[in-house]
Amino acid sequence: MRRILLLALAAALPCLAMAADRPAYTGAPVPEVQPAAPIAKETTDDKRRSRNYPDQPPVIPHAIRDYQLDLNANKCLTCHGRENTEASQAPMISITHFQDREGQTLGAVSPRRYFCTQCHVPQSDARPRIDNLFQDVDRTIRNAQPTEQRK
Amino acid sequence: MTVLATPLRWLRAGWTTFKRPSAHLGIGFLTLGGFLAGVIWWGGFNTALEATNREAFCIGCHEMRENVYAELQSTIHFTNRSGVRATCPDCHVPHNWTDKIARKMQASKEVWGKIFGTIDTPEKFAAHRLTLASNEWARMKANNSLECRNCHSVESMDITKQGARAAAAHQTFLFTGQNTCIDCHKGIAHRLPDMKDVPAWNKPPQSAARPDGAGAAAPH
Ligand code: HEC
Ligand code: HEC
Ligand code: HEC
Ligand code: HEC
Ligand code: HEC
Ligand code: HEC
Repeated sequence: MRRILLLALAAALPCLAMAADRPAYTGAPVPEVQPAAPIAKETTDDKRRSRNYPDQPPVIPHAIRDYQLDLNANKCLTCHGRENTEASQAPMISITHFQDREGQTLGAVSPRRYFCTQCHVPQSDARPRIDNLFQDVDRTIRNAQPTEQRK
Repeated sequence: MTVLATPLRWLRAGWTTFKRPSAHLGIGFLTLGGFLAGVIWWGGFNTALEATNREAFCIGCHEMRENVYAELQSTIHFTNRSGVRATCPDCHVPHNWTDKIARKMQASKEVWGKIFGTIDTPEKFAAHRLTLASNEWARMKANNSLECRNCHSVESMDITKQGARAAAAHQTFLFTGQNTCIDCHKGIAHRLPDMKDVPAWNKPPQSAARPDGAGAAAPH
């Protein structure tokens, strides 16, 4: 009986080790083929999101499927460019987008800000794999204060 | 017997005329044959026109297949949740009969281009692209984007089901007749050519380079 138990334990050990090696994201055993998770929906509700810090490139709240963004054409600027915001009612690219890295303000969008999706990205309703513990500056200051002062 | 005599004589006279040789062929044969040939010609013409309408015909040419067709495949008019497709002739050959003929006549010009090699490489296609696209824009502007409207009708558009940007633009500029589809939806099916001279498409990015070359050294 003892021998059988020991054998069973020995047999189970590699399995335990494998469990520890499971990928943190899915928690699924490595050799098993998992069904693909459903593709997350794009967030295209046209509601501007608040930024986590003033320098954050705001996320894109609308669809950008098939928007051409290359040397030939920049679809984003047909709405966000300075001359086009009256018709499109889109927020204009801010002054930083006209500045080169010496801080010189140019007449049109600066080359380093031409490829918008380098910094601005659309969002989806996908659940984060790992919870985000980021706190913005106001929360951080509030949490640093003695408890009786917090409101 | 006498009652039938007259009609019979007429019939016989008619038959004689029918089979009497004209110069070479019976006149009856000519009339009937002409009529039949007309029927066959008309039908055949129609069938030929339908055949050239099919997308397979359009992409038989490599210029069409390797550039515009390849690009179409990733767009919403090739795959979408509804499974409804737009093919080349849906957007490029008006469904109206007379317009159709007119377009066919112009299409002969393209066949000419193929044979005599005006646009036979991707580079030449890229170089010509703005001209070709501008022709299409002008045509669609002139017919009030007829091809788009064959599938998308303004009457059936429910703007409460559209995104905020779409609803605002359509309400302000489309329903009031100020703009037509192609004014705002350029590049809906293919990659765009160099747009720097097209109104509303922005100027290319600027660098601090001055005409004298100063300031051009550092990449920004
Ligand atoms: C048809 C016009 C149009 C086009 C094209 C367009 N946008 Fe927008 N964009 C808008 C409008 C209008 C808003 C305001 C919110 C809304 O209605 O979605 C907006 C909002 C944004 C915002 C959020 C701004 C903020 O302060 O929160 C970003 C970022 C943005 N767009 C980036 C882009 C990028 C990048 C592209 C190209 C890939 C693009 N947009 C193309 C019209 C447009
Ligand atoms: C190098 C990163 C970067 C690139 C590239 C870039 N942006 Fe931004 N964008 C930012 C940052 C950072 C902000 C927020 C701070 C600011 O205004 O500079 C911003 C702000 C914006 C805003 C909000 C402006 C406002 O006043 O609310 C819009 C709209 C926008 N960008 C559109 C665009 C478009 C369109 C392009 C492409 C032509 C583009 N951005 C390219 C970084 C970038
Ligand atoms: C024989 C090869 C060939 C076939 C078949 C063909 N094309 Fe073309 N197409 C060309 C070439 C070459 C050009 C550039 C011609 C020019 O210089 O005007 C062109 C140009 C075009 C243009 C630009 C028109 C313009 O006014 O400048 C359109 C649109 C087009 N083709 C659509 C079609 C469609 C739709 C079909 C199918 C009904 C089709 N083509 C079949 C070779 C072809
Ligand atoms: C949903 C409508 C649509 C469909 C489907 C479509 N086109 Fe086009 N096509 C356009 C528009 C609009 C233009 C004008 C240029 C632009 O805006 O991209 C154009 C331009 C062109 C041009 C001129 C060159 C250029 O790229 O601008 C050619 C050639 C052409 N189309 C061929 C085709 C062929 C071949 C097919 C089928 C494989 C096809 N098109 C399918 C709408 C369409
Ligand atoms: C053969 C019919 C047909 C023709 C012709 C056609 N469309 Fe479409 N269009 C569709 C279908 C189908 C969809 C996808 C509907 C869906 O599933 O959401 C669509 C979608 C669109 C969209 C939505 C794009 C998006 O990303 O949501 C636009 C914009 C559009 N068409 C513009 C045009 C324009 C402009 C033309 C004329 C150059 C045109 N269409 C010609 C059938 C057509
Ligand atoms: C004044 C400019 C303008 C005109 C004119 C216009 N549209 Fe649009 N359309 C837009 C904008 C902006 C959007 C939203 C952004 C995008 O899809 O790129 C849009 C979106 C759409 C959509 C997708 C709807 C959605 O909820 O996103 C369809 C389909 C469409 N347009 C078809 C058409 C057709 C068909 C015509 C001509 C009968 C037309 N549009 C004329 C500006 C215009």
